[in-house]
Amino acid sequence: MTRHGWQRLLVTTAMYAVLVVMACIILVPLVATLLGGFKTLGELRTNPSGLPREWQWDNYLGILASARYWRMLGNSMLIASLTALLTLSAGAMAAFAFAHVRFFGREMMFNYFLLGLMFPAATAVLPLFIQIRDFGLLDTYWGVILPESAFGLAMSILLFRDFFRAIPHDLFEAAFVDGCGYIRFFFAMTLPLSRPILATVAIFSFVRSWNNYLLPLIMLNSESRYPWPLGIMVFQGEYSTEWQLVLAFVTLTILPAVIVFFAAQKHIISGLTAGAVKG
Amino acid sequence: MSVALGRRRAWTAAPVLLLFLPPALLLFTALVVVPIGEAGWYSFYDWSGYGVPTNFVGWRNFFLISRYPAFHTALINNLIIIAVSLCIQLPMALGLATLVASRIRGALVFRLIFFLPYILADVAAGLIWSFMFDGDYGITGAIARALGFPAPFVLADPNWALVAVLVVIVWKYFGFHMMLFIAGLQGIDAPLLDAAAIDGANRWQRFRRVILPLLRPTIRLSVFFSVIGSLQLFDLIMPLTKGGPADSTQTIVTFLYTFGITRMRVGFGSAVGVVLFLICVVFAFSYKRLTFRDDE
Repeated sequence: MTRHGWQRLLVTTAMYAVLVVMACIILVPLVATLLGGFKTLGELRTNPSGLPREWQWDNYLGILASARYWRMLGNSMLIASLTALLTLSAGAMAAFAFAHVRFFGREMMFNYFLLGLMFPAATAVLPLFIQIRDFGLLDTYWGVILPESAFGLAMSILLFRDFFRAIPHDLFEAAFVDGCGYIRFFFAMTLPLSRPILATVAIFSFVRSWNNYLLPLIMLNSESRYPWPLGIMVFQGEYSTEWQLVLAFVTLTILPAVIVFFAAQKHIISGLTAGAVKG
Repeated sequence: MSVALGRRRAWTAAPVLLLFLPPALLLFTALVVVPIGEAGWYSFYDWSGYGVPTNFVGWRNFFLISRYPAFHTALINNLIIIAVSLCIQLPMALGLATLVASRIRGALVFRLIFFLPYILADVAAGLIWSFMFDGDYGITGAIARALGFPAPFVLADPNWALVAVLVVIVWKYFGFHMMLFIAGLQGIDAPLLDAAAIDGANRWQRFRRVILPLLRPTIRLSVFFSVIGSLQLFDLIMPLTKGGPADSTQTIVTFLYTFGITRMRVGFGSAVGVVLFLICVVFAFSYKRLTFRDDE
């Protein structure tokens, strides 16, 4: 091999070495969690990272057979779906008006929404709690869904408006001359043409709500309504001395997300970084 | 024709505005804008949340906040988290992005692996690492024992808990920043790099003189997300340390939770919210101004 060839080989090897080491650092905690769920507590102590000597399926099966696990996931599913739906519909409608209808104060109102991008929900969480309580929505699903959607609106309106604006104006003129009104145009043309951005915003809002801990923590009291991040903390509190069960539980709650991620990674990555790219 | 169309348009615009704007407007006003305004109002009262706030205390809540050692720790911790995000996480994300953005074998697999922690909920990531750091059962304990040291309980040690939290933050979030950089790198014109290579620029020179300047907008974005993300850090801290031990891992939001929400001190908690709000606003505006000047 030539000198140049050797140099190249060296660079490639170093590159892969870095990548493999990093990948291990990322994966070890995840794999240890998955495997830890298959061990007994005693084995966990002596063998935290290796393969289990005897696979304890009962840890996982016990959780899968428990009502609390499914109730938690069901609650999360319900809250996250409705949050995504509400963010999507309210956001898309408002963004349509901002993109296609000319009216007095349009830019001002749009900027009003953009204010929502600047601060986290935590800034107003106590008044929000009072507000939800006064609406009589404390300890209900809506008490979580409404604030989560409200805080997701700014981003969704921004993304939608930019996308809707890119729809050719000629299309709009033609439809208009044919007697098609705004509302029909929205449902018949805008929405079908905007499927990619709808998917992006839906995924973004769903994941945010699915993972959220602070808002449900403040709004919900009854364990029967807890979404999984709250439920898992309760579970960990009860079984804090039995790591193997906590690890099995963690694995079973992140598994749905991981499976969905690998199945639809393209959409998800674009969905989760979209807010960023638009900035 | 166009005048008629314009007039007709103004007429037909009314229903769509009346139908399409109110849902978003109501939701946003009632649950984002009003609560933030109320936070400003409540912050001047001593109030438990029942009845109407009547006990006006002026600036006392803000004064009280400034006297809490835990709040000072929280502010410093937030700054440390930002510093680590910028000085360790960002270069790491950028470096790895340049490796996996190229067409090397397995690039896609590495990308997915690095992004994986980001899709986990903070709570799940926190629980996983609270196991990792457990002295009795976790891996740090096993490593220490194998090396002949007593097993450390990292999360229970006020000197080390924050370091542990920082490890988890970088582990969880660098993949997101890496994805931003990959998107940025893919936007760079390949012929431009080829031209630089032909002109005799080596790998490092191409990175330093061509790629880095072109990535400026992405870097700016990454910095923005690091700062805003650090300022709202809460979910990750709860399963790890809950702000402890001895308040050593408090952030602004865990401070708000521990000292305002759990004790139902609405006035005090709102004042903390106002402080956080002001920090965010000042940062957002000055950052925008700073980076815009950069552009010109």
